[in-house]
Amino acid sequence: MSILVDKNTKVITQGITGETGLFHTKGALEYGTQMVGGVTPGKGGTDVEITLENGSSVKLPVFNTVNDAVKSTGATASVIYVPPAFAADSIMEAIDAELELVICITEGIPVLDMVKVKRYLEGKKTVLIGPNCPGVITPEACKIGIMPGYIHKAGKVGVVSRSGTLTYEAVHQLTTRGIGQSTAVGIGGDPVKGSEFIDILKLFNEDEGTQAVVMIGEIGGTAEEEAAEWIKANMTKPVVGFIGGATAPPGKRMGHAGAIISGGKGTAAEKIAKLEECGIRVAPTPAEMGATLVAVLEERGVLETFTAG
Amino acid sequence: MNIHEYQGKEVLQQYGVSVPRGKVAFSAAEAVDAARELGSPVVVVKAQIHAGGRGKAGGVKVAKSLDEVRSYAEELIGKVLVTHQTGPEGKEIKRLLIEEGCDIKKEYYVGVVVDRGTGSVVLMASEEGGTEIEEVAAATPEKIFREVVDPAVGLQPFQARRLAYAINIPKELVNKAAKFMLALYEAFVDKDCSIAEINPLVVTGDGDVIALDAKLNFDSNSLFRHKDILALRDLDEEDEKEIAASKFDLSYIALDGNIGCMVNGAGLAMATMDIIKYYGGEPANFLDVGGGATKEKVTEAFKIILSDPEVKGIFINIFGGIMRCDVIADGVVEAAKQIKLEKPLVVRLEGTNVELGKKILNESGLNIVSADSMADGAKRIVELV
Repeated sequence: MSILVDKNTKVITQGITGETGLFHTKGALEYGTQMVGGVTPGKGGTDVEITLENGSSVKLPVFNTVNDAVKSTGATASVIYVPPAFAADSIMEAIDAELELVICITEGIPVLDMVKVKRYLEGKKTVLIGPNCPGVITPEACKIGIMPGYIHKAGKVGVVSRSGTLTYEAVHQLTTRGIGQSTAVGIGGDPVKGSEFIDILKLFNEDEGTQAVVMIGEIGGTAEEEAAEWIKANMTKPVVGFIGGATAPPGKRMGHAGAIISGGKGTAAEKIAKLEECGIRVAPTPAEMGATLVAVLEERGVLETFTAG
Repeated sequence: MNIHEYQGKEVLQQYGVSVPRGKVAFSAAEAVDAARELGSPVVVVKAQIHAGGRGKAGGVKVAKSLDEVRSYAEELIGKVLVTHQTGPEGKEIKRLLIEEGCDIKKEYYVGVVVDRGTGSVVLMASEEGGTEIEEVAAATPEKIFREVVDPAVGLQPFQARRLAYAINIPKELVNKAAKFMLALYEAFVDKDCSIAEINPLVVTGDGDVIALDAKLNFDSNSLFRHKDILALRDLDEEDEKEIAASKFDLSYIALDGNIGCMVNGAGLAMATMDIIKYYGGEPANFLDVGGGATKEKVTEAFKIILSDPEVKGIFINIFGGIMRCDVIADGVVEAAKQIKLEKPLVVRLEGTNVELGKKILNESGLNIVSADSMADGAKRIVELV
């Protein structure tokens, strides 16, 4: 069991003929994801041929529009590797085509473009993940994005994070302890984005396959605080957290557009205090995310159910 | 990206936002010429640096004659101004804004920001002008009024009027104030600002509504479509190392410590600083080398980190996902040789081909400490510096 994606998810790549799009489409195919085609305006009617590590080759059809791609392939999800200047347009095209899930990997989209996208998304059925995120993976079933697949292991822990590399770090710490993941979701490092922590936590809470969650936040905004309140009021499964940026100076954008302490708000100390107040165990260092979850599961006497199989 | 007050006012003027007449000056002589040209009985000499709190720090002077303009300008140009936003080292004043004085009846605050919670642009206003909005928010939050803008239609006149009434703009000037706010919103959206703050907005004795100060910040992600704004960048206001890093697509921020950090990924880079601090060290910088830590990028990153004389050792923390650890190790070894690195270097590699990567580091003949984990690496570099 999992959230958002599974072995039945059919995926198209927007920007499939670009270097990045092609590279990660191949990665997804290697992992076993059902990639069914791609979109590059002007290249409709052509094919891309991808040779896999095992020597076999896959031919994927390219379409001019997302609508065409959906009609021909029956795709339910799209992943976007389009340059920042055109990415908002690509997201809206995918939303308009009524895809269930749109994952935007692109980093560097202007914030006001995302303000428009967010408005456009209102009332639509699409779930948008990202932008500026690593993507979504349900281990051993479906990988959509740029994360290294091999560090994951199928299991019962949901992971949700604003940071790509910290997600890998957390997943790696879990896998090396024999703890698998149900789904790992990178929601992205931008200030205005498709899905927030709470959206993903709700899905994890409802998913029978998920029995615990690791939530990784960072400085900037108040999404972690809101998530903590929501967890306290609604979550039936244990959640452990980590917040990056305790040593970040105020007023400086720490790589991610959204990772900035402004007007004294959005500090790691505030977030950690709120998480703890809401009963969420916070890892003291990024090296102890896995160990912190293990400790919580042990205290509840359920650790064995997470490492079995 | 930040710009100076005088540049911000020039941008706002293009959209019909009223600002006092003024001119930039780079020397005392230019300041006097500018004042003469303005011909107003009272002239304000304002230090132009990228930091707030200039007035309280003595960076704003009111002159009543050309001689006073000259003496204030001579005093300010070249002076290091220390405000609560500059840090103790302060910032050297290189530019002045020479502006006509005005008859201030009352000061207000108007600001435009992107609100993360609603994912919308929000206009904020308060009767408490001249004070920092954070202070108002802390002391009297009920005095801040907000209008959330629907991006589909933009800020509407009724919203601007509602704000103007809420902050008690004199009723005969409400329409002028509303027009001001609409123009400010238009500038914000058209130029992809991240912050547009007018503090204070003033109502004058002769019934004008004008921006006495202007703070504009721009969304760095949008600068590709605003060449005119990019041209306003003042490199003197930025950290040299940060400028060098941006040329190589490295994300670098200088800090006060002595342990240089090189990491892939912004989140991991922040977390690496945190873990160094946790084990008793002080990070010298934030540095994200991005997904592909190539030899060229690692070399440049080394150079930038080492240009900080405080750095006593370097911690490289790489989670090689798509990138293979052996490729990264090769890059690190080559780069360390090329720049003849003599300071302690601790490298933590994790991910694809990690054993091969560690082998390359160990057999390089260089003095590289290969760490087994992030925690181990952090502890070791803290011991070594």
